[in-house]
Amino acid sequence: MRKTVLRKPKGFNDVYKHKPGAEKDRTHYCPGCGHGILHKLIAEAMEDLDIVDKTILISPVGCSVFAYYYFDAGHFQAAHGRAPAIATATSRANPDKVVISYQGDGDLAAIGGNNIIQAANRGENIAVFFVNNAIYGMTGGQMAPTTLEGQVTTTTPYGRNVDTDGYPMKMCEVISQLTAPTYVERVSLHDAPHIRKTRNAVRKALLNAKERKGFQFVEVLSTCPSGWKMDPVKSMEWVKEKMLGMYPLGVYRDKGEEAKVITRPVPILEPGTVWEKLGISAEADVDFPRGDVPDEYRKMSIRVAGFGGQGIMVTGQALASVALEYGYNVSWLPSYGPEMRGGTANCSVNIQDGTIGAAEAVKPTMLLAMNRPSLEKFEKTIVAGGTLIYNSTLIDIEPERTDIKVFAVPITGIADELGNTRVQSLVNVGAYAAITGMFNVDHVIELLPKLFKGKSQTIIDLNAKAVKAGFDYVKENF
Amino acid sequence: MTDAKYPRSEVKKDKCKGCGLCIAACPKKVLVFSPKLNSKGYHYAEYAGSGCVGCGNCFYSCPEPDAIIVYLRDYDPEKEV
Ligand SMILES: Cc1ncc(C[n+]2csc(CCOP(=O)(O)OP(=O)(O)O)c2C)c(N)n1
Ligand code: SF4
Ligand code: SF4
Repeated sequence: MRKTVLRKPKGFNDVYKHKPGAEKDRTHYCPGCGHGILHKLIAEAMEDLDIVDKTILISPVGCSVFAYYYFDAGHFQAAHGRAPAIATATSRANPDKVVISYQGDGDLAAIGGNNIIQAANRGENIAVFFVNNAIYGMTGGQMAPTTLEGQVTTTTPYGRNVDTDGYPMKMCEVISQLTAPTYVERVSLHDAPHIRKTRNAVRKALLNAKERKGFQFVEVLSTCPSGWKMDPVKSMEWVKEKMLGMYPLGVYRDKGEEAKVITRPVPILEPGTVWEKLGISAEADVDFPRGDVPDEYRKMSIRVAGFGGQGIMVTGQALASVALEYGYNVSWLPSYGPEMRGGTANCSVNIQDGTIGAAEAVKPTMLLAMNRPSLEKFEKTIVAGGTLIYNSTLIDIEPERTDIKVFAVPITGIADELGNTRVQSLVNVGAYAAITGMFNVDHVIELLPKLFKGKSQTIIDLNAKAVKAGFDYVKENF
Repeated sequence: MTDAKYPRSEVKKDKCKGCGLCIAACPKKVLVFSPKLNSKGYHYAEYAGSGCVGCGNCFYSCPEPDAIIVYLRDYDPEKEV
């Protein structure tokens, strides 16, 4: 049907409800930014091709990171340069959907260079819209792979020098060297006739995508008036005068009638099957009844820190794994130094009912310090009223804080007496159980074969002793 | 001098960011910057009131989804749903 009015296309949301602030009816883009023009062409094509309900758009990192505010589509927002990988997964898992990978030139040609090439080479069923504005817009106008020779940016104050910075990257030319891509075209937004050609290219790519005809790549020469420090109308002239020479417009690949409909197996397993393959039972995660846990220990954010080799990670994993059996939500986040051995190591563990926000224990309710540098580093981060357990065998200084509860436990000494310092982790778990009341020692011991799967009975027995020893020490001394 | 007939371009003044792309794209030069400022502090674009040929250049050049509407020649408000 011929249009009788040109107005905001239905591919856009009525109200941008996810956009923060009061202005939920206009975009965050700078005045005159090419992203907005391309958005409009995509939204219009979504409406006209009747794919609003089946479009999934992957937004990148860059100024268009918030594309998900605007389009009435399903969305993923990908890590920098990784939109083609997310698009691949999305497209393969949802063969009936139209998947768009929307990317800037920093995103696609710099950090995501290999991502796009691999997706193109596989001929994924996705439509890529590649916004070439010759610069990193969002971060303030640094050089991009597409920056022109001699172009001044914040990181090329004397102009891009091809001898030090390489040549502008021509992505259509690169992509069209590959066998798989179906359609590759470069278009431009610099004036109304060229915007119309862009409009056609967008529609063609989306129609092909709707018909699952493989990989569609549309490079759009665009503007960044803010990064270029030019007014919007001048920016359009700059595209025409400077960019067109380096980036010739036109169709680089069009398989046309030869384009095959590509179908691939959908690698989706039912959740139950996934658990089964991983050897995990999907039901009955709450195995142990909880004891009386004082309020202060019901929402734990724990930092375990020490030298590598002191069982820091095993302590954290054991605390999290045991808590899981009581039906808590848990997280475990390791953090290693650069050294393989002997460096510092720490991990964060969260144990609580309800949703866990940040996994890192920035302000822990409990610190378990296994050596002096860890105490010195993390003591100040403990929340007021929190708990400190420190390894008094190795730490010869007194903690400074007076607003926390302190338990000095000779962890290394206890393990040593049992004949193996490597059981320190389970001494820790025993001490934790005694202090918090969260775990029953017998339950922990019952779980040891699961925690130390594949380990000998001798090791399991030794760790059982360690749990008891840690527990008893705390009960007898505090 | 306003004529109510179509084609006609209409700028929603508070959604306009004053970039001027529509003004540059209009072959009939019937879009102009307003001397007034909108609520965002931009000199918004406005339709001079006559002369629009309904080419749609301003609509497609405008980066804002909802700043410009162009009513084409055979637009009929009665038939709008
Ligand atoms: C892994 C990672 N590295 C760097 C950044 C910083 N960063 C944010 S946007 C951006 C460049 C985006 O430029 P481009 O893809 O050209 O998009 P534009 O903003 O111009 O639309 C960079 C480097 C980041 N967010 N993540
Ligand atoms: S910084 Fe550049 S690319 Fe980003 S919104 Fe502004 S004009 Fe557009
Ligand atoms: S193109 Fe859009 S935002 Fe720019 S001046 Fe015209 S109406 Fe305003």
